[in-house]
Amino acid sequence: MSSVEFRKDLFADERDDNLQEIGKPTRRQDILGHVTGRSPYYDDHLFDGLLHMRCVRSPHHHARIRSIDTSQAERMPGVVRVVLARDVPNNLNTLLSLINFGKDEEKLIQDTKVAYVGEPVAAIIAETEGQARDACAAVRVDYEVLPHVLDPEASLKPDAPVVNEIYPNNTFDYHDLYDHQKLRFGDVEKGFSEADHIVEGEYQMSPIEQAPIETCGAIAAPETNDRFVCYTSTQALFFSLGTTAKLLNMASSRLHFVGGTVGGGFGGKVDSIVEPLSVLGAVLTGRPVKFMWDRAEEMQVGAPRGAERWRIKDGVARDGRILARTFTGFFDAGAYTRLSSYAIIKCTGHIPGPYSIPNVASNVYCVFTNRTPATAMRGFGITGVDFAIECHMDKVAETVGLNPIELRILNAYRDGDMKPHRRLAKNTALIECCQVASQKSGWAISADAARQSSLTGGGGSRADIPESITDSVGRIGERRRTDIPTEPGMGAASRGRVAAGTQGIPIVAAAPQDEDMITDPARMGFRHAPVAPSQPGATPSSPVPPSAAPSAAPVPPQQNAPAPQPAPPQQPAAPQPPQATPDPAPAPYKPEQPFSRGVKRPGVSRFLSGSRRR
Amino acid sequence: MAIHKGRGFACINYPIGMNLGGDPSQALVHSTPDGKFMVSLSSIDLGQGMKSVTRQIAAETLGVPVSDVYVDTADSDTGPHCMGSFASRGTHRVGNAVIRAATEARKALLEAAAEELEVNATDLETDGQGNIQVKGAPGRTITVADTAIAAQFKQGRTLSGRGIFLIPPSDVDPDTGEMTPVSCFAHAALVVDLEVDDETGEVSVTEINSAYEVGRALNPRLVEQQLIGGAWMGVSHALYETTEPYYPDRSHGPVDFNTYLMPGPGEVVNHNIAVLERPAEDAPFGGKGPGEMCANPVLPAIANAVYNAVGVRCDTLPITPEKVLRGILANGGARPQGAR
Repeated sequence: MSSVEFRKDLFADERDDNLQEIGKPTRRQDILGHVTGRSPYYDDHLFDGLLHMRCVRSPHHHARIRSIDTSQAERMPGVVRVVLARDVPNNLNTLLSLINFGKDEEKLIQDTKVAYVGEPVAAIIAETEGQARDACAAVRVDYEVLPHVLDPEASLKPDAPVVNEIYPNNTFDYHDLYDHQKLRFGDVEKGFSEADHIVEGEYQMSPIEQAPIETCGAIAAPETNDRFVCYTSTQALFFSLGTTAKLLNMASSRLHFVGGTVGGGFGGKVDSIVEPLSVLGAVLTGRPVKFMWDRAEEMQVGAPRGAERWRIKDGVARDGRILARTFTGFFDAGAYTRLSSYAIIKCTGHIPGPYSIPNVASNVYCVFTNRTPATAMRGFGITGVDFAIECHMDKVAETVGLNPIELRILNAYRDGDMKPHRRLAKNTALIECCQVASQKSGWAISADAARQSSLTGGGGSRADIPESITDSVGRIGERRRTDIPTEPGMGAASRGRVAAGTQGIPIVAAAPQDEDMITDPARMGFRHAPVAPSQPGATPSSPVPPSAAPSAAPVPPQQNAPAPQPAPPQQPAAPQPPQATPDPAPAPYKPEQPFSRGVKRPGVSRFLSGSRRR
Repeated sequence: MAIHKGRGFACINYPIGMNLGGDPSQALVHSTPDGKFMVSLSSIDLGQGMKSVTRQIAAETLGVPVSDVYVDTADSDTGPHCMGSFASRGTHRVGNAVIRAATEARKALLEAAAEELEVNATDLETDGQGNIQVKGAPGRTITVADTAIAAQFKQGRTLSGRGIFLIPPSDVDPDTGEMTPVSCFAHAALVVDLEVDDETGEVSVTEINSAYEVGRALNPRLVEQQLIGGAWMGVSHALYETTEPYYPDRSHGPVDFNTYLMPGPGEVVNHNIAVLERPAEDAPFGGKGPGEMCANPVLPAIANAVYNAVGVRCDTLPITPEKVLRGILANGGARPQGAR
């Protein structure tokens, strides 16, 4: 049996638990439909005259397409239309072009070269699914098989086959500069030299299927107003809509996308392949078209969670403090980028896990290989590296002879600590989680470890950004010419230094566009949370700090040093919610900043300022 | 030949809502003719409870009962833009957009009620039961329903609100990796108890004791459902699942649920959960998304427990009986590391 307890005693002075609806175990409104089988899925939107689409797929890891002969397939019973690459109006895309990240590199249907087993080279639209399958089997493709590469590190070698011509070095290009994403914080070599132990390990995350019960699919149909409706299993409605509009070179306003109940997503329904194919089918035939992966396609052609390989090296002091840690990571993206490039950025911002380590460096590679493209899955960019980090922490604990839980608490990050991505940690709770797990399992920890708190002991010198050693190893294309090391900081190329304390401007949420949208902090369930340390460059451009809720006090004038105070010690909970919070003082008028609605300019009438007339 | 007990630990944090792309979500709220409220979104409910959580957030912010709120979503013609349900952004981004939209609608609601009651809107409060009353004068009250009817049919006002939540894109420094990656972090720690059969190499997880810090459990039952399901997925990832059993070789890839292994209902592990709540300042009511992170600590905790049981480090997933047996063989037999 399982049990759940809510530890309301912890962090009680940061919460107002007297809310009307938040925190209540309200039953979901759609549950009756789910348990009685009445919730509509995309596949329930069946149309009269619905056509079915299936893909002809590559049997090779890597091959040039000499020719595609569809003449026999076209004559098969029930076949309405054969779809080839030339039928796709704008047949080159990368998913993250919607946020302007990466180069267009993947075709919806291939015509020149296949780069993984299962890559589509043609599609058949027929009256029934069986007829479409039969016709697919009748398409003759003449392939010239090419050498392939399946291991990401082999793919980085100078003589490796080129998987994806848009990225001829088999790596995603980061910032038009490097073939990997770097993280540099402090001086890891110095840290290693001061350490009593060096602990190294290599970890391999397996490719994993999202395994939804409902496979990816969509049904598209022409609407009477020169638009197309698409019922889809997508996880991201406008992501799929935007991708379809781009591939089909069609105004997105001509697309009407309807999602709804999804039979399991877990990250596998973001890739937006079934939607453009089904809409393309509806455009080409003028009839409703369904495109749905079968189970085998879902498991072997649909993008899985990608494999990741990690190497970690730690420099550890005798007492268990980790002084330096480096990571070398290889994300096996498969033949195309999909979302892997983005996961690596997320992962780099996560390194080195929830620990305060004074010297950290990482190189993470998005590597192309001749396998099914990888994509998002629950914990994307994090699950694999967390597996590596936490297995590694146990090796460190064994090396120094410490209880594994105590080792984590000793190295845990706390409020006010500087993280390697150069932002301060806040709202941390790792130590408390370790303590509660210890209590619940009866795995005892020392009295000292049980006394620690995320609220205290951070900040101070732990908030400093050290002088950091940089390097320019791994420029785009360099690895193609010569075999160079993949580890951070290795190799002979020039080294640089980034001065201590160097930090850019933190990004915060855009402020509410209208003062009517600014919430009353007292109604948001926060108590006097510790005031977040002010950061240089924070821009108080709205009457209330954009983060709105807990610290209604105006952001103080900017300071040169981050100088974060450790969070104040816990105080007895205030008897009532902080309704008496003083009104936030108006932010200082900054003429160099663009004027926006809702900002009160001194001396200007409220009506003219754009504020609502009362 | 024997069964060896093992115990392993792992703890993690998890980034909630990526900032790197500039990914907005919008919400619209309006009242219906009978004084209920409709929240229009285009966000997808994957079964995790997006619709339930946004409904509760709207009700709390409006100050009306949750039964008076409906969520209409996943139609691109009626719902405003949303990037999608991924990267633990649903509760965070959409929830914040709903708060802004519901805040504006509440303002309109109180102004309409003020006109009916002939008082100042700032003197009004909602009781969360469907009534609006004058602070300190409980006798002077009007229902939300009457207010909505008066607003629409007498005053000519809409009770509606708009909301968008956007964290602008964060650049990433190519040389140092400096960035503002995410909004807040959830946390977890857990202890796994398991048994390893040194004859078959089979691993059976017997119990998990865990602590998950989720900011605020906006709906405790949905949180519980995520945590239990997530731990199941963690066990499955650690011990069973792969699309390429001989990675990087592509042979023997499973094509159906007969060959793609996952634990069944009988292998759902006894799981004792403690939920901690430390509200995050920019999250809706402090809530961090629990869904993605909850599987992560299970994988390494199982690997660490297997080592504790038989002295085999399985650094390559999944931890199959074959790998465990080969490890035991290489060590010349099981090497239990001692009770914890």
